[in-house]
Amino acid sequence: MGNLMVDARSVRKSYGSNEVLQGISLTVEQGEVLCIIGPSGSGKSTFLRCLNHLESINGGRIYVNDELMGYRQSGKVLHEMKPKNIAKQRQAIGMVFQRFNLFPHMTALQNVIEAPIGVRGVNPEEAKQLGLELLAQVGLADKGDHYPSQLSGGQQQRVAIARALAMKPKLMLFDEPTSALDPELVGDVLDVMKGLAKAGMTMIVVTHEMGFAREVADKVVFIDKGQIVEMGTPKQVLDKPQEARTKAFLNKVL
Amino acid sequence: MATTDNTDYGDDVVAVPLRHPLRWIFGGIASVLLLSFIWALFSAKSIQHEIVAKFLFDPRILIGMLVTILVTVLCMFIATVLATLLAIMKLSENPLQRWLATGFIEFFRGTPLLLQIVFWGYLGIIFPQLVLGVPYTDIIWLSGDTSDLIPAIVAGVIALSLNEAAYSAEIVRAGILAVDSGQVEAAKSLGMSGGQTMRRIVLPQAMRVIIPPMGNEFIGMLKNTSLLQVIAVAELYTAASTISSANLAQIELLVVSGFWYLAMTTVLGFPQRALERKFGRGFATVGGRAAPRAFKVGRR
Repeated sequence: MGNLMVDARSVRKSYGSNEVLQGISLTVEQGEVLCIIGPSGSGKSTFLRCLNHLESINGGRIYVNDELMGYRQSGKVLHEMKPKNIAKQRQAIGMVFQRFNLFPHMTALQNVIEAPIGVRGVNPEEAKQLGLELLAQVGLADKGDHYPSQLSGGQQQRVAIARALAMKPKLMLFDEPTSALDPELVGDVLDVMKGLAKAGMTMIVVTHEMGFAREVADKVVFIDKGQIVEMGTPKQVLDKPQEARTKAFLNKVL
Repeated sequence: MATTDNTDYGDDVVAVPLRHPLRWIFGGIASVLLLSFIWALFSAKSIQHEIVAKFLFDPRILIGMLVTILVTVLCMFIATVLATLLAIMKLSENPLQRWLATGFIEFFRGTPLLLQIVFWGYLGIIFPQLVLGVPYTDIIWLSGDTSDLIPAIVAGVIALSLNEAAYSAEIVRAGILAVDSGQVEAAKSLGMSGGQTMRRIVLPQAMRVIIPPMGNEFIGMLKNTSLLQVIAVAELYTAASTISSANLAQIELLVVSGFWYLAMTTVLGFPQRALERKFGRGFATVGGRAAPRAFKVGRR
């Protein structure tokens, strides 16, 4: 059990009377890549945002790296955590967004080193060194001085990945990282993600890229209407789906 | 006929520019009106131009102008800091903070500025003594006559700052709301605290939206300092009216102070453009030059 990175137990989330997550349970081991697929509005992005407590949950428990996310449990009573402690928990969890969300008033390098300096207290010279290394790792060594508006979508997303990696996270969350990209730019971003997976990063990826899921994922989970419909290896879920809903979905996207 | 046209068209487009006859006509009318207005001013027998010239650089006028500038800058500084606090409070999840900020804004926007100035100026009549200490104990840090502790100029600065803070708070709030919520989420996901997110991510981007209307407020403040005449603060307008009440050249001294107000507000445009460029960084297109496009509409 020691190498469980994520342990989500019956996670429920509602917006008003609309229950978007109806008891999601899954585990991700250290070094594993989990791909979440499903139709839009199925709750897969919401689930991802619950993992780093960008959304609070209404039921269940989420443990990341053996820590209960967002709450402190004493006996049977749950206490809301102070924002300071939630921020601390998030440091170990990198997140990459569909729309990149780079800071537009900072250069690519400044984007990458902002949190290491401001949050972890790394000295600026060291952070800059690390930042340049990370930009090189995502193939953008020469773009450090560029503002996000001067970069293509694919380049922006790779800077966003470098920015998340700069906090040395133990877990990386990807929320449809290629959905906002022009088709010819998708490959570069996926290549960076494949490199990360190969290097042993624990990753949870919400995606519509079935090719990526088949090639990289250790586990694929199909979510529909806030419930896990099917979970297994890429072969099991993508090639030999058992459930009618999975089959119908795959027929539409493949 | 396009099919029979075999010209290569590899050359640059050389075309006769579109004519704008209406621009010339309106331009002409405006020029005539402006010239006749200036002529009317200069030819008016009731204005003695040599008096205007004599007092334009009078030391009392220049000192008044200095006071005006100092009060304006100080008030805008205090108001901006307060406004940022109020805006953040009004967007807070804490209902008490929201109500406090809303109450402050409503109160200071809802009463006339002139009334507020007179109130602060005559505070000594309402509370002759001021005591700063811990209530119901003997601990007293500061006590004395209100009129000594709060002279007219301090009362004026308090009145203008608090009033301006209420207006600017809404400008700052609009600026904060204009920042994409994805920015806050990205900052949070990196483990940044609320304060860090506000200082490093949200406010720098909000500045882009805040600066143009704040330029307006700055100009408004510069002119509103003239209201301090009612509590006898020696700023530009007070200086001019003190002189005119002695030599009875009211119109001439109005022209003098009007000239300087116009000169000062004109100069204020330069730092504003510099600030707009600074905070427009990253929002320009290729090369990171010039202010964001949105502000360049209508400028050639």
